[in-house]
Amino acid sequence: MADALPLQNPNATTAEIAQSLRDIRERKKRRANLLRHLFLIICSFVMVYPLLWLLASSLKPDAEIFGNLSLWPTNFDWANYSEGWNALVVSFTQFFWNSTLITVLAVIGNVISASFTAYAFARLEFAGKNFWFALMMMTLMIPYHIVLIPQYILFLKMGWVDTYLPLIVPRFLATDAFFIFLMVQFFRQLPRELDEAAMIDGCSPFKIYWAIILPLSVPAMATAAIFSFIGIWQDFLPPLVYLNDVKDYTVPLALRMFSSQDSVSLYGPMFAMSVLSIIPIFFFFVVFQRLIVQGIAMSGLK
Amino acid sequence: MRKFLAKNAPGYIFLTPWLIGFFVLAIGPILISFYLSFTKYDIASPPKFTGLDNFDYMLFWDDRFWQSLKVTFAFVFLSVPGTLIFALAVAMALDKGIRAIGIYRALFYLPSILGGSIAVAILWRQLFSNNGVVNSFLALFGIQGPYWLSDPNYSLYTLVVLAIWQFGSPMLIFLAGLRAIPTELYEAAEIDAAGPVRKFFSITLPLLAPVMFFNLVLQMIEAFKTFNSAFIISDGRGNPLDSLLFFTLYLYNEAFSYFRMGYASALAWVLLLIIAAFTAVAFASSRYWVHYESDRG
Repeated sequence: MADALPLQNPNATTAEIAQSLRDIRERKKRRANLLRHLFLIICSFVMVYPLLWLLASSLKPDAEIFGNLSLWPTNFDWANYSEGWNALVVSFTQFFWNSTLITVLAVIGNVISASFTAYAFARLEFAGKNFWFALMMMTLMIPYHIVLIPQYILFLKMGWVDTYLPLIVPRFLATDAFFIFLMVQFFRQLPRELDEAAMIDGCSPFKIYWAIILPLSVPAMATAAIFSFIGIWQDFLPPLVYLNDVKDYTVPLALRMFSSQDSVSLYGPMFAMSVLSIIPIFFFFVVFQRLIVQGIAMSGLK
Repeated sequence: MRKFLAKNAPGYIFLTPWLIGFFVLAIGPILISFYLSFTKYDIASPPKFTGLDNFDYMLFWDDRFWQSLKVTFAFVFLSVPGTLIFALAVAMALDKGIRAIGIYRALFYLPSILGGSIAVAILWRQLFSNNGVVNSFLALFGIQGPYWLSDPNYSLYTLVVLAIWQFGSPMLIFLAGLRAIPTELYEAAEIDAAGPVRKFFSITLPLLAPVMFFNLVLQMIEAFKTFNSAFIISDGRGNPLDSLLFFTLYLYNEAFSYFRMGYASALAWVLLLIIAAFTAVAFASSRYWVHYESDRG
């Protein structure tokens, strides 16, 4: 056969054999790549399927939701959304407002206080710095459950239970060491010469923080703000403990009311409100994906 | 003196918010919690010192304490290895330049971001309900699925699957670790005719050990603290039949449903000690299986 493979052809030249080996390897690589894509596509479908099913079910009438694997409603039914918005004693307008207010203030507190603390640790010299830094890193490991009870008693004595203060004020005191650590890592990368030049020009540490470090650390602050937004918006245990009045509830607490209600007919509205509750997070995730991925690679933490 | 002040004052001024938070909201509460764990305290009346009674009751009389430990440990031992295996497998499939890596990475990471939310916990409850998505899917193959949420033999698996579903953040960390392995090593191994299995066990795994260790510690701590999803899926009480009585859930109910603050503080200390012990074991064992680049000799 004239077009037999060079490898089986005793008269083939070395160049032909080399070429054919390369072809085989190329083909093998392409097949491996195809398999990899297949594996990844199946995996990502399985991963995203539950979320798509949630979205689809939020647009289906209740009769169509259960025992149904389809991701496409037979006809798009937006009634779940209007019904869900007003299904509880208080409307979701109030819940979303409460969540927004708490989250915005808490995020601001987190970012400001963490950048203050991180500036001290990363750029200033003072007695006992290493000691405090070690303690700060240790607090990363402490489970919230151990401080929860004494904090609750403290806030109860101060009359702060049933207000938003226990959810906001601690954020202004840099209680989340993760964000301090994130910013310390970032501040350390900024060139020292900047501080030194400013110092020679007679700038105080406060001026340096305000005029040099802050403007340069916008990406780090944005990363910290996004992570704290995602965390605080979904916060459940602290509001569960501190808020008892339905009109003060945050969105996650309101969603929980759906699930603990016995009425069977509210599945569609419950799904609709669940979808709305994760839209802000989804939005931030899509827009700031790059910053989020970098943040994880940099700090190694969720 | 003035010089000392001038040198140290700015640092401490910037540190003030954190110092207040640290003493009032971290160390202070930890010490108070330690004290409360030896008392009987219902908030209405002042704490009454009872010595070791709480711990005595916990260890020798309280079946629910042991049940909650059993549930939590079973969860940790099932979910953490599961999560790490998935994270590593997908990270390896994503490594070495594949097209559209950004999209895959985003899709795999998305569940990690949403995983703790109440919306997802609610969704999970419906997925695993008697005529939910999971059982409908099994029915396609003629399999009659179990009653995931009402059968105590199966209920924990719903939460294990939910935890594994969130393998995205360890995956990203693995991915960064894989990138750091020099490709020359694989090329050298290929010349020595090493197959993919051999390459995995002789190159990838040993060089990834520090990252593996880091992920292991982190995932274990996270798993011990699982609360939100367990709360929603078990009606806030560990249903059915205490099969989802996570340690954190038991602690929450003792403190805020029954206002047994002393006993709950004792439970919190047990949780802290368990987490500390596991972290210590992970660190201590790491010198036998983690070899950092710099100390190879």
